Amino acid sequence: MSTTRRRDPRAERILRNRLHPLHLTLQLQHSGVAEWLGPNGVKRRNPHLVGFIGPNGVRRIDRSGAQSAASQTQVHVTEQDTRRTVQLDHPDHYITVIPDMTGGRLSAADKDLLGLAQRLAAEKPNTAVLVVVFGESKETQLGEAGADRVLTVADPLFQQYSPEQRLAWLLALEQALQPDYWLLPDSGLGGGDLGRRLAVALNVRAATGLWQVNLDGDMPTCVCRAAAATQDLLRDLPRVLLALPECAEPVSETRHEALELDIPVSPAAVNPAIEDLGAVAVDPASVALAEAEFILSGGNGVRDWPGFHQAARVLGATEGASRVAVDDGFMPRDRQVGATGTWVTARVYLAVGISGAIQHLQGIQSCEKVISINTDPGCDMVKRADLAVIGDAAAILQALTEKVGQLKQEVRDVA
Amino acid sequence: MLPDSTARIAVLLSVGQHPLTARPRRADQDARALELALQLPGVEVLPVHAGELNDQNETALRSYLGMGASALKLLPAAEGEDVLPLLQQGLRDLQPDLVLCGKRAEHGESSGLMPYLLAQSLGWPVISGLVEIERLEAGHATVLQALPRGQRRRLRVTLPAVLAMDDAAPAARQSAFGPARRGVLEVEQMVAVAEQGLANLNNLSVLNWQFQPARKRPKRLKIIKATSARDRFKAAAAKAESSGGQVLQGLTPDAAAETILKMLREEGVMNSTHGD
Ligand SMILES: Cc1cc2nc3c(=O)[nH]c(=O)nc-3n(C[C@H](O)[C@H](O)[C@H](O)COP(=O)(O)OP(=O)(O)OC[C@H]3O[C@@H](n4cnc5c(N)ncnc54)[C@H](O)[C@@H]3O)c2cc1C
Repeated sequence: MSTTRRRDPRAERILRNRLHPLHLTLQLQHSGVAEWLGPNGVKRRNPHLVGFIGPNGVRRIDRSGAQSAASQTQVHVTEQDTRRTVQLDHPDHYITVIPDMTGGRLSAADKDLLGLAQRLAAEKPNTAVLVVVFGESKETQLGEAGADRVLTVADPLFQQYSPEQRLAWLLALEQALQPDYWLLPDSGLGGGDLGRRLAVALNVRAATGLWQVNLDGDMPTCVCRAAAATQDLLRDLPRVLLALPECAEPVSETRHEALELDIPVSPAAVNPAIEDLGAVAVDPASVALAEAEFILSGGNGVRDWPGFHQAARVLGATEGASRVAVDDGFMPRDRQVGATGTWVTARVYLAVGISGAIQHLQGIQSCEKVISINTDPGCDMVKRADLAVIGDAAAILQALTEKVGQLKQEVRDVA
Repeated sequence: MLPDSTARIAVLLSVGQHPLTARPRRADQDARALELALQLPGVEVLPVHAGELNDQNETALRSYLGMGASALKLLPAAEGEDVLPLLQQGLRDLQPDLVLCGKRAEHGESSGLMPYLLAQSLGWPVISGLVEIERLEAGHATVLQALPRGQRRRLRVTLPAVLAMDDAAPAARQSAFGPARRGVLEVEQMVAVAEQGLANLNNLSVLNWQFQPARKRPKRLKIIKATSARDRFKAAAAKAESSGGQVLQGLTPDAAAETILKMLREEGVMNSTHGD
């Protein structure tokens, strides 16, 4: 449908003239239109048609347009994407970002880092932000987060701890592109480790624990946490930056191309001195609740507590609980999740028979994926959940336990 | 677990700073490193400190001796002098199989770069975030590395290597007063030959750096980009709203378990290869 508005002067004339023989028929056709363009290009409105009648007979006006759109025939309310699209065909300069991508996705800290990269890129025209992704990526929003170019190094080797091989890639990139800045998150391992290796290899005195960058003066400066976070260090801005979370605002006003880098990069062969022998099975019950990555949490809807503990053991999940489960004595106090318990940061939170009271939801604000098993499809936990299964907790947990048990059995048989 | 010849473990010890009183103390991570070394059977522990020796520092350094080491090798340096060349030289002389140190210092820049710089200048591999040494063999060590969220990873590294301790490593034992007094601080004068590149990198005096007490970081505000007053109000008074998640109704327990399992595996939290 073309967006050009076509006026029909004749119909307008008839609509204005109540004595015209066709007036009634035309008005019927137009009834229900609360807004139209008058003959002089002024917007006219029929106030009697705006809004809807609320439950107690009072007319209500919903300014979002959602309600009146339902009552009207044809008003399209399309959410407009106001973000500017940034395209760089032949970038002259590069700023390299190496996000941690825990679990294959950009974390909040990674997005802040990309925000900082775009801030730095805005200082120099035609500068592209290059994101280097080691291993497999599940992220689909790299462009929205601020990546102009992406280099994906999808060798299965990079699913493991392989700092020397990663460093070889970064040094090859340094050869090929000479990036203006290298940005990494100053996280425990991941960026914190790789960034320091890189800084040492490039002979740069990296800014570590960086939390503020000042680009206003003639020389860019930055503020870093020093002396075990008891002091701030004001210094010049080096080429290698290891930044803390919230070092800048994430990108929100632009969208970027996230094109695959078209410059060949060939890393030197390395003879690694460090070999990854794999993860060590840690008893999930010994992991602090605030740190746990995967929590199975039970509430008032759990009747079969032995089954719940069994499921947690088989799934390898750390156990959590709602306050009611704790008050009733089914779980210890230190397992309570929520406002008066522990604020958890799990990547996956599986809530069983928890209604999702606000005090409980506060505690799981920073969880990435929430799965809920509940009998009530209308409860708040189901609304918060990324995946909600409506059904009896005991039966579903038992089925889950059996399935995982079978899987493990198969693996053992194959091995 | 007995290595053929006794392994020599150099432990780099610095003077720490108490987080509240700012008094010199034994540095926490360094003490954990010494603890780890002292726990290993059949090894020779060589504690090393590079830096200034004065009354205050001496108490801090002696508290390492109070943990059970009989002597501490001291490479004197003037205040503010770069200790890296000294350590490098000292370690070349000592010829250890392993160097243990803390991940970052408790004062100064505390950038955590020292283990990496040292490893590079010696040409050895470096591992950060160490919590345990499981095995020491000729030419190899098997160690555990701390990952976020209480997880551990097993690594095998060729020796000699530099290993930096994590905060999650076992806590250090108390320091006993008597042994701390009796222990020996062996001062060894060194004429370090600084390598050109590193010397430039660490010449603090030419840098215009300023230290100041840590400022509280501003709390991030929720930025609401709304065009109408109604949207702004809604965002400010936001309650749990459907986040566009999937709601599955009327499934059999089996099918429900299957979908949950699928999501758990997509997220990679369920490692079905780990037997119970
Ligand atoms: C000051 C204050 C602080 C608080 N702090 C906390 C806190 O830190 N943490 C906390 O958790 N709570 C806290 N609470 C309590 C909170 O308000 C709720 O009362 C509590 O979280 C509810 O727990 P629940 O969801 O387990 O129980 P309920 O609200 O009783 O929910 C049980 C859920 O299980 C479902 N269910 C029932 N049977 C089954 C079945 N067979 N299979 C599947 N689902 C089933 C029901 O549909 C329901 O949704 C606090 C309260 C106050 C006043």
